Amino acid sequence: MSRKTETVINVVLIGALLLVLFILEQTLPSTHMIFTVLKKGAIYALVAVSMNLLNGFTGLFSLGQAGFMLVGAYTYGVLTIPVADRANVYMYFNGGLIQFALHPIIAIVLAGVMAGIFAYLIGLPVLRLKSDYLAIATLGFAEIIRAIFQWDKLGPITNGSNLLRSYPSYKSLLFYFIASGVCIALIVMLINSTYGRAFKAIRDDEVAAEAMGINLAHHKQIAFVVSSFFAGVSGALLAMYQTSVQAAMFKSAMTYEILLIVVIGGIGSITGSCISSFLFIILSEWVLRFLDSEMYIGDVRVPLLRSGFRKVVFAVIIMIIVLFFRKGIMGTNEFSVRRIFGRSADKKAKGGSANE
Amino acid sequence: MKKRILSAVAAGLLAVSVAAVPVLADTVTIGIYEPASGDNGAGGKQEMLGMQYANEVAPTVEIGGTEYEVKLDPVDNESSNDKGPSAASKLVGDGVSVVLGSYGSGVSIAASDIFKEGGIPAIGVTCTNPQVTQGNSHYFRICFLDPFQGSVLANFANETFGAKKAYVLAKLGDDYSQGLAFYFTQAFEGLGGEVVKADFPEGNSDFTSYITDAKNEGCDVFFTPTSTEAAANTIEQAAAQGLEIPLLAGDTWDSNVILNAAKGKNVQIYVTTFYQEGGDPDFDAGVKEFINSKPENLANNGGDDTVAAVTAMGYDAYFVALEALKNAGSTDPAAVNEALWTTTYDGVSGHIEFEPENGDAVRDSAFVKSANTETGAWDFVSVQTVAE
Amino acid sequence: MDWLSRNLPYLMAGISVGGQYALIAIGYTMVYGILRLINFAHGDIFMCAGLIMVYASTVLPIYVCIPLVIVATVLIGFLVERVAYKPLRSAPRMSVMISAIGVSYLLQNLALYITGGLAQQYPTIPWISDVITVFGVTTKRVTVITPPLVILLVIGLVFLIKKTKIGMAMRAASKDFETSQLMGIKINSVISFTFIIGSFLAAVGSFLFFSNYTGVTPTVGAMPGLKAFVAAVFGGIGSIPGAVIGAFLIGIVENIIKGLGWTTFSDAFTFALLIIVLIFKPTGLFGEAAADKV
Repeated sequence: MSRKTETVINVVLIGALLLVLFILEQTLPSTHMIFTVLKKGAIYALVAVSMNLLNGFTGLFSLGQAGFMLVGAYTYGVLTIPVADRANVYMYFNGGLIQFALHPIIAIVLAGVMAGIFAYLIGLPVLRLKSDYLAIATLGFAEIIRAIFQWDKLGPITNGSNLLRSYPSYKSLLFYFIASGVCIALIVMLINSTYGRAFKAIRDDEVAAEAMGINLAHHKQIAFVVSSFFAGVSGALLAMYQTSVQAAMFKSAMTYEILLIVVIGGIGSITGSCISSFLFIILSEWVLRFLDSEMYIGDVRVPLLRSGFRKVVFAVIIMIIVLFFRKGIMGTNEFSVRRIFGRSADKKAKGGSANE
Repeated sequence: MKKRILSAVAAGLLAVSVAAVPVLADTVTIGIYEPASGDNGAGGKQEMLGMQYANEVAPTVEIGGTEYEVKLDPVDNESSNDKGPSAASKLVGDGVSVVLGSYGSGVSIAASDIFKEGGIPAIGVTCTNPQVTQGNSHYFRICFLDPFQGSVLANFANETFGAKKAYVLAKLGDDYSQGLAFYFTQAFEGLGGEVVKADFPEGNSDFTSYITDAKNEGCDVFFTPTSTEAAANTIEQAAAQGLEIPLLAGDTWDSNVILNAAKGKNVQIYVTTFYQEGGDPDFDAGVKEFINSKPENLANNGGDDTVAAVTAMGYDAYFVALEALKNAGSTDPAAVNEALWTTTYDGVSGHIEFEPENGDAVRDSAFVKSANTETGAWDFVSVQTVAE
Repeated sequence: MDWLSRNLPYLMAGISVGGQYALIAIGYTMVYGILRLINFAHGDIFMCAGLIMVYASTVLPIYVCIPLVIVATVLIGFLVERVAYKPLRSAPRMSVMISAIGVSYLLQNLALYITGGLAQQYPTIPWISDVITVFGVTTKRVTVITPPLVILLVIGLVFLIKKTKIGMAMRAASKDFETSQLMGIKINSVISFTFIIGSFLAAVGSFLFFSNYTGVTPTVGAMPGLKAFVAAVFGGIGSIPGAVIGAFLIGIVENIIKGLGWTTFSDAFTFALLIIVLIFKPTGLFGEAAADKV
């Protein structure tokens, strides 16, 4: 299959997906649960991919994602609350210090930039650390960021530990898919560039990579900042989706959740991360919800079903995947047009022995 | 192969969940947006007990000449501002006519816009922070507000204990806690008092240093508007450290969790609240019977049959919703929303009507109770009204 | 004297909570020493010990509950290792760590389901929960007995590791996992034993911790667990005395920070301290520098 037909098929597929979403949006009532989970799924897909860039492609075990999402979410919220609403939101701080509001799109980009700046500064000291030490240091920084944003001395800017709300947000499902899709495409482009190959070399063997002339500190810093940039963007999208945001929600548990998504999808697989985000969100927030309420089949009460059972089942599913489907849904493979349509052709060309 | 099993399981689950929503003719669904877990789980469950009891008392309602069966649709907002919105979306998606809840202001504020977009009116039961209803045409509430509660408490501290200096401890990221602390501080400083403010982060269970701080600062009262979870720890440690000044708190502390924690200990606890057991003997007797009728109700009420004020409020909220449905003459959320503005109801917690700007209840009095550490019950102290 | 009675409470609270962190931290540091695994579920095993006590004490007298809790906690620790970590012995380290996160998630959600999301009141253990007065400071007896008890347990543990056969096997395994296997050490029983000791100490820690801070919630283990882990890294992960000293330091510093009025930062400061140590001495205060094998 030629590269050209592949591109055409890809474009057609993406177009078809957007069309389906558009039709969904036109036909179903806008309050349908499917939109809630698809929006959140798209946002989580972006942050999962950004985490995969670090953990899966560069081999940097970072657990700071929630912290960078927080920075992004706050940057977005603080910069876009309409001036008229500020007195209400910052009611304990006399309307706050900032008295302007930016266009949402500009604010989203700034959210990423802000997270990137934080990441750059944090990266300077911590990226020298190895594996688990790096993990715990980034986790620590995420907690520190959370404490700083809750500090009431910064209240005129961050509203202390209270909710930010009333900022503008796009309601359309398409917006979340396009925004998240564009960002993921950018990450894929980075991974396929020379930088991406250097990242993988670092992941596979740091010493060898250094011997090959790859500047470790420089490349790690790039991966870290880029990943955090997109975590910041996804934080802004999450803020938008939730319509209110607060530092208290960006706990380490959130990072763990994202890490689980990455693992379930397959460490080192972009499409895996995307698929598993949607599965994760759809299962945990929607499909399994029926487990939380009592149910009767005929007159017999189904045992075990009560509030909280959903999460137990969900945790068990996760454990099963982690233990028995260790490679996750996709392993390190990617879902691609070439693999589906081009398999027979490839096989012929390579004598039928090649499989990735 | 493994992948195929996985996807088969996922598809199966999808099918089950879609099939699990039966639709009956002539039912009206009332959504219950309450925490069943997390910090405020205990309070949320007690509030929901009131609604369930009310549902048992009045299982049907006549709307526009037809008898409708009232179905409750509870979701757990997990006391969490980030899980709340998706729980709220589920209610909107289920097509409820009106929503009751929540206990805890933060989750109500967080879900407010979801209800707004869904065009569904919500009746806040005990969320006391002003931001819940501010500028919202769809969020109503039947309880008093924190500016009022804060000034009641500040006046009470000043008049009863002659307090000049107060230690104020609030939880970070808890809108209720921070808000009430703010209004208390404002009122207390207005009375010429001085405030020492401290915060504790989520997951903290060590309050000893805060208690030592309060002692060292020479404070006269210890004001801590927190969830019952933190409260139980605070009380235990205050007693262990021999804190002699009274502990003051808002409506969240009106719970048997507090009574149990304080029983047999040397602490003084004062709270402001919505309802005092004994206010309506028929209601008390009925709800006690309801609580004792099922072990799970008893468990949800914290193991005994003390009537929490939030249970009374939940009960009233249910009937306010029924009144609104009757007035609307339809189960259409928009009509219910319209009807709520003029709905009035005389509940066990007093007369309820909504002021026309934000849809807050018109209330000008609060009960002050103190925990009797010998009997493990609440003692009535006074009814406080503050002319602002 | 006045200064003392004003500030002693912070120090006492710090030392006692530090001692409780220390008991959890030992579990982290020993497991890390052998498996190079951050056992994220350890804090939740500590929480389980608390919950078992709550439920056991409703039907059994306290003196039966205490050994029962210890046995049950040890059993949970043992099972977690067998079910969630052992099958992944040859898998990449990240998989094991993720399994640990999964176990932590599972234990928390199980606890949430069982408790119905409500905080459970820890029973009063006689004697150690009594209120006493030391130097004019009123506190519970547990505050005072924690530090000596921790030190006793640590001495016992160090003795076990230095003088017994299983201790020698543990040291060998933490030095070089593969070689020790070749030398005939039954690595699985060594690992199980490590988890048993860790869980035992967590159970003891839970008696002390929850006697002071009586609310048991599904997430109550998360923060102490994280802090204990920080303490273990701080002291040099793999080193038991390091973990203990790190834990005491963190407990004390945390309470001093609260005493100074920086209450918003009481948790953050712990992490700041950790990061500073990691940057200037990446192997912690007492850790051995390990060279990368190429």
